[in-house]
Amino acid sequence: MNVVMIFSPIEMASASILLLLVFAALAGLLSRAQSVLIGLFSVVATVASALASAAGALSVWNGTAERIILLLGLPDLPFHLRLDPLAGFFLTVIGLLSAAVSIYSAGYLKGFLGQRPVTRLVVFYCLFLAGMAMVVLADDALFFLISWEVMAAASYFLVMFEDERPETRKAAFVYLVIAHVGAIAILLSFGVMAGIATGFESFGGYTFDAMRQASFPLGWATAAFLLAFFGFAAKAGMVPLHVWLPDAHPAAPSNISALMSGVMLKTAVYGIIRVTFDLLREFPWWWGAIVLGLGIISALMGILYAMMEKDLKRLLAYSSVENIGIIITGLGLAMVFFSFKLSVLASLALTASLYHVMNHAMFKGLLFMGAGSVLHATHERNMEHMGGLIHRMPWTAALFLVGCISISALPPFNGFVSEWLTFQAFLLSPSLPSPLMKLFMPLGAALLALTAALAAATFVKAFGVTFLGHWRGEHSSSRIHEVDWLMRTGMLVTAVSCLCLGIFPATFIDWMDEIPLQLVGSRLSVSATASGWMWLTPVAQERASYSGIVVFAGSLLVYGIVYILLHVNPGKLHRGAIWDCGFQKLTNRMQYNATSFSMPFRRVFGFMVHVKEQVTLSPQTAHAAFPKRLHYTLRIRDRFWNWLYKPVADASFWIARKVGRLQQGRIQSYLIYSFVTIIVLLLLAAL
Amino acid sequence: MTVNQIVMECLQIALLIAVAPLFVGWVRMLKCWAQSRSTASLFQPYRDLLKLFSKDVILAENASWIFRFTPYLVFGTVILSGAVVPMLTTKLPLSPSADVIVLVGLFAIARFFTALAGMDIGTAFGGMGSSREMMVASLAEPAMLMAIFTVSLVNQSTSLSHIAEVMYSGHAVLKPSLAFAFIAFILITLAETGRIPVDNPSTHLELTMLHEAMILEYSGRHLALIEWAGMMKLFLFMALGSALFVPWGIARSDSLLMGLMAGVLLLLKVGASGVVLVLIETGLAKMRLFRLTEFLGSAFLMATLGMLSFFILE
Repeated sequence: MNVVMIFSPIEMASASILLLLVFAALAGLLSRAQSVLIGLFSVVATVASALASAAGALSVWNGTAERIILLLGLPDLPFHLRLDPLAGFFLTVIGLLSAAVSIYSAGYLKGFLGQRPVTRLVVFYCLFLAGMAMVVLADDALFFLISWEVMAAASYFLVMFEDERPETRKAAFVYLVIAHVGAIAILLSFGVMAGIATGFESFGGYTFDAMRQASFPLGWATAAFLLAFFGFAAKAGMVPLHVWLPDAHPAAPSNISALMSGVMLKTAVYGIIRVTFDLLREFPWWWGAIVLGLGIISALMGILYAMMEKDLKRLLAYSSVENIGIIITGLGLAMVFFSFKLSVLASLALTASLYHVMNHAMFKGLLFMGAGSVLHATHERNMEHMGGLIHRMPWTAALFLVGCISISALPPFNGFVSEWLTFQAFLLSPSLPSPLMKLFMPLGAALLALTAALAAATFVKAFGVTFLGHWRGEHSSSRIHEVDWLMRTGMLVTAVSCLCLGIFPATFIDWMDEIPLQLVGSRLSVSATASGWMWLTPVAQERASYSGIVVFAGSLLVYGIVYILLHVNPGKLHRGAIWDCGFQKLTNRMQYNATSFSMPFRRVFGFMVHVKEQVTLSPQTAHAAFPKRLHYTLRIRDRFWNWLYKPVADASFWIARKVGRLQQGRIQSYLIYSFVTIIVLLLLAAL
Repeated sequence: MTVNQIVMECLQIALLIAVAPLFVGWVRMLKCWAQSRSTASLFQPYRDLLKLFSKDVILAENASWIFRFTPYLVFGTVILSGAVVPMLTTKLPLSPSADVIVLVGLFAIARFFTALAGMDIGTAFGGMGSSREMMVASLAEPAMLMAIFTVSLVNQSTSLSHIAEVMYSGHAVLKPSLAFAFIAFILITLAETGRIPVDNPSTHLELTMLHEAMILEYSGRHLALIEWAGMMKLFLFMALGSALFVPWGIARSDSLLMGLMAGVLLLLKVGASGVVLVLIETGLAKMRLFRLTEFLGSAFLMATLGMLSFFILE
């Protein structure tokens, strides 16, 4: 507690960033002693993350904003840092997951010893963490964009870590392009806001404070909002700007994937909240409707693609698209409610959304770490070659299962709480004055329900095919072993957080109560936690209530009683071979695998994704009724790639070719170009 | 929380556990009559369960703890759901801990683990059952939530006890939205409890199995628990329908006498719903798997119509 009294939260956060930056600068000195480097790196990163997390948690708890002005950057344009409850909340989430992942990394990076140096990974990992913390702390457009670029560039190099594979290079390139298209949009949005705040002649408008005090005309505000939303949506991986995500996240080492999916996407959510609720503050309802609609589309498309996937890490990446969709849906609801001045309902929707931010960080981090452990042990990402790992890796299996249950929104784990809160927010839509919104809201709720049900199916598949049944791989599974205790600890921390967030929701909602109060002007805890820490009652006790702890304790109690009653005088338990209907030639390849599991889903929902299925007979076949060999090919492609990206890519190549004609290599024509340019500029200046 | 309330809670759970096999016996009996077959005794399901409990368990060599844990989870979860649905009284001490969305979540977690158990052994049947069951669930669950949302919107609550109380007070009767929601609820009940035309509880023909395929490898007390849980789930859906749409008879106080009457009335209501169930099952044939989309789609459509008519007409 002494530390707390001596240092304020923002000082703790700055110290943590400084620690990471210094370590990143010095890590190169240790590149000769790789195992020392990994150990030291893990300790430093864990301590720094824990410090950042504590700083964030304290600042949310205090409910006040603190500032620091750094005399760095351009002359007369110092960097502003500010830690308010919203930033503190995101800092807590980032810090908590980074701490867990940093512990995990110590074990995970040991797998690279003797194969390749990890110095580059360590350096950019630290820069990446520092960048994310700086993004949420930034209080002016300049520092925000610099931090944003640090984060994007560092993550680019992290994705490129295994750059000998061409698909990694392609994934990283697409990621870089989309990240920068997004960054340009964000830059323009800040430009618009700064320009309106203090006029286009002055530079003073670049601080967020100046933007907060300005009042924006609707047209300019809409332009700023749409640009910012586009930019942040590209970073968050919302449909249709998601195509980089399922390539880039799996290409990175798994600890990086955990961070990218778990928290980097959340910085984009933070950006949207900051721009809409804090900087622009007043907006018409249809902004919320756009956000809500795109959120639901993301959620649905993301989970459909995840369902079709057979690569474990790509499946998780697509599921991130889905979860970001759910978060954005909650945000859209909050915006709609807020624009109609229904501040209590807005605070409910915003809390649901933020709660899901926290939940998704925890379970997606856990799942990516689990997938990393599987990859570490089997060197396999394709689920079709896995199976039965629960016997070889019992810890990883149990922890991964916790993640699967949480992400499938099943009680009493955490995913259910945010889903439940979002549903409650949807059910309050009759209080909206707009009849149009009233009609469409329930449909949104239904699509959200469909998403949740598909998520459960997807994660039954992910867990079932990877960990249950028999080993499907070609080489023997006897060399597969459980991962070391460091990796298990990292996963355990997130798994325990999942459970705690699930059974003590009222406590956490009490903690983060200041955020909705400051952003939408109403606190939830007056009603939500009014009946004590055990009960969650969003509006009123008789309207709806949920108690995670009672459900959890009740389940344990009932299972225990049933188990004991049955084992007072138990019958015998025999182990036997699988019943094979007398066929006697069952092989492990006759199990259901990922492709066959998703077959009914392809039939039912296939019209929404691009599925191409083909069965060909081998040429030696004498008669079609008695094929010697069948070849089955299945291609599932992202529709948006052809619809949206290919035209843009083709068009830019076309323009580049046309523009390329200017370059003929003759000095005379270049001199003419320069001359014409000067004339045009002079004319413009004269006008 | 009074002593009476706790007694009622326990009575209700006991009623669910004890009467569920009787209800299944009753449905089977009705079905035999409807198809002019001779019937087994009304108490046959109890004998079946007793037989299974006294048998040894045979586990496949590679069954993991998930396979062994699932029966307890499924059984426990149904009991937990039974504790929150108002059957005897609306004044249940556990009722505030879970509303109707949590109830759907509880059914979902039981299904999640059953599907995992189906894949645990690594036979083709198990995986096939799991895959199909999850597909049906992914269509049935949104439809169910839509039906429930309609009822919640009408009664302005998702708490089951409160819904029943508002329905009692009379200003929620005979609304078109509730009628649509009720039809949707019936269709979903058929899907969720694995009845014809979605699934056939008495089939062991590989091509048509859904739920049965997942639990094919179970034996002994594990199978008994799963079977019993299935019976309770059927009973519970009938009771849920009664609480959501026709709550008359459920006590609104914690008096034991009222609870007793509620119990008798509940048995009558559930018994009558058994007749409807048998009529549907006898009149229809099992659908092909991929025609279920239309079936569940129409359930979803009904629920959506209910919700639209709530916003437009009410």
